[in-house]
Amino acid sequence: MTQPTEPNRLQLNEQGRLRHFLTLDGLNREILTEILDTADSFIEVGERSIKKVPLLRGKTVVNLFFEASTRTRSTFELAAKRLSADVLNLNISTSATSKGESLSDTLQNLEAMASDMFVVRHSQSGAPHFIAESVTPKVSIINAGDGRHAHPTQAMLDMLTIRQHKGHFEGLKVAIVGDILHSRVARSQIRALNTLGVDEVRVIAPNTLLPVDIESLGASVFNSMKDGLDDVDVIIMLRLQKERMEGALLPSEHEFYELYGLTTEKLKYAKPDAIVMHPGPINRGVEIESAVADGPQSVILNQVTNGIAVRMAVMSMAMSGQTAAISTSS
Amino acid sequence: MNIEIKSGRVIDPANEMDAEASVYVSDGKIAAVGTVPEGFQADQVIDASGCIVSPGFIDLCAHMREPGYEYKGTVASETFAAVKGGFTAVCCPPDSSPVNDSEAVTNLILDLAGRAGFAKVYPVGALTKGLKGQQLSEVYSLKQAGCVGVGNSGHPVVSLSVMKRCCEYAKTHDVSVFVRPEDASLASDGCVHEGAVATRLGLSGIPVLAETVAVSQLVLLSEETGAHLHLSQLTSARSVELVADAKRRGIRVTADVSAQHLVLTDEAVSGFDSQFHCRPPFRSELDRQALIKGLRDGTLDAVCSQHQPHEAAAKQAPFAESEAGSSSLEMVLPLLLSLERESLLPLDILVRSLSSGPAGILVKDGGSLSVGGNADICIFDPAKKWLVEESSIKSAGKNTPWIGAELQGLVQTTIVDGRVVYA
Repeated sequence: MTQPTEPNRLQLNEQGRLRHFLTLDGLNREILTEILDTADSFIEVGERSIKKVPLLRGKTVVNLFFEASTRTRSTFELAAKRLSADVLNLNISTSATSKGESLSDTLQNLEAMASDMFVVRHSQSGAPHFIAESVTPKVSIINAGDGRHAHPTQAMLDMLTIRQHKGHFEGLKVAIVGDILHSRVARSQIRALNTLGVDEVRVIAPNTLLPVDIESLGASVFNSMKDGLDDVDVIIMLRLQKERMEGALLPSEHEFYELYGLTTEKLKYAKPDAIVMHPGPINRGVEIESAVADGPQSVILNQVTNGIAVRMAVMSMAMSGQTAAISTSS
Repeated sequence: MNIEIKSGRVIDPANEMDAEASVYVSDGKIAAVGTVPEGFQADQVIDASGCIVSPGFIDLCAHMREPGYEYKGTVASETFAAVKGGFTAVCCPPDSSPVNDSEAVTNLILDLAGRAGFAKVYPVGALTKGLKGQQLSEVYSLKQAGCVGVGNSGHPVVSLSVMKRCCEYAKTHDVSVFVRPEDASLASDGCVHEGAVATRLGLSGIPVLAETVAVSQLVLLSEETGAHLHLSQLTSARSVELVADAKRRGIRVTADVSAQHLVLTDEAVSGFDSQFHCRPPFRSELDRQALIKGLRDGTLDAVCSQHQPHEAAAKQAPFAESEAGSSSLEMVLPLLLSLERESLLPLDILVRSLSSGPAGILVKDGGSLSVGGNADICIFDPAKKWLVEESSIKSAGKNTPWIGAELQGLVQTTIVDGRVVYA
């Protein structure tokens, strides 16, 4: 009698097009490739003297950030503005909810402002799903990171970066290193990499930073950098929050860096042309050595640039799917 | 008042009866089953053709919400939901406001139940004052006031030392201790079963270990103190094994499982639907199968509803921030009948789990159709299909994942102490 909700019931319209972008779960290779191709076409916009296209002209995009994030919010804001949307930035964690207003009440007020798209970041996994279920069907929801669940645009900008440098996904071995347990980025990356057809996704971490049954997502587990980095094409380092260093998850910053920090030495375990990625912000000397972060194999700044193009792609596709869904239903 | 219930299939596991027979009720008691008593004149005849006539169901855990949380439900609304679900008696946990840790609160609940006149209410008193897990409550007084046991309603007890003293004191006065086994430190901030689904959704998991560690400790405490410990709402295969082993060794433990845990797994939360947010969480399919097997072989003594009515706002939040629990008194029977149709649960065990099983744990009359016993009776049509809609739910809580689902199995008539309270 189990009746799980199909994730795509929410985020795809009747034609199978994106109307929300909540998770990569259930999205097929065609849609992911379309996002990458669309993003590719937007990269050129950022190189123009007038960095704008009119795709979202007249639309209102609200950045609803219930959790602080300068970098992600800025790239979403830039992406929306380059699509010619009007943008409203709301830092909800310091306003409505702190006065005791429920999330539902906050949403009702924002809907009353006739918004077309909410870009949502929230500390609770599933919050964008809840919002997508709660708001009027006319509003499109983009997940900008929810709890430990998903950060689908970050994963897609990582995929774009990999494709730019490797040209393809087939046959690649990719290692994700660090705090997998708390990482929404890692979960979305594992899903994207497997959907796009890489040969192997590895996660490298001590067992305290690995969630139960991570293998079920399609990743093989390694506890050692030597074994895990062997012959890989891509290394994705995750940010490690300092508070994880306390308590029973990790004994010390020193021991973590010793075992799992990416140094020039450890980089040699990977293929000579392996690229090094990091979602930022970087803790130099904690998860990555400066020489590696700034070295020739690092593509970290490419990731930032690609972030704007991917977010433009996702926003334009979701708005287009949303408009199609509304016109079909009305 | 004499009632004849005729032409039904009578299933009374306590008396090993499963046959078409008439049931005769006189002055609130069962007068006879099968043979018409001498001089019996029926004031009311109930035609139970196509229906099953069973002892009224007894629920070991249904939150009434009153006193203190009347915006979620009242004794009157929830006991009406109970009789619609076929329950003639319900145990209510002590986590009202104020907490049921005094005779006054117990008396209030019993008074409210009496005035409502639907299902009987058997309060479970607080094991510790204010459910704070530190100071033993007045267990003897609570028993005298009418509590059928004491428990801490999911709130942790600060130490094993305090829990041992609680067990010793409860044993002194022969009071059962109801415990939902969960080690608070292992459960931590979890809200779903720790497994692949939790990992995929990025929700904090509650490991099976949080339950099994607690079950192991409670079994040993029962063995050491001689207290009767009732383990509520078990969820895992390993717990079933631990209880089976304890029972083999003659330790005084009993156990129940909620109907929802017999039909749902952690896959149910895949879409972040807060209506599936439940504490303890739904476990794996292997666990679910082991729970059903445990019920069949008698390791688990009873099925409870784990009824937790909520106001709509309680579920309107991201999954982990929503309140746990669902309104379920009215769904227990159809959920169990779905297992019967899948040949996983024989009908006699289904009825036993809801009647003589819980009655035995409570050491209460009822749970059977024995002649001379209280006429608490449920008449249900196992084939009747119905659509679950908010308007069809009698509970004040409309928080159920089954809204919009068609369920099979519907209670036709519920009789409490010889009075038709639902038809």
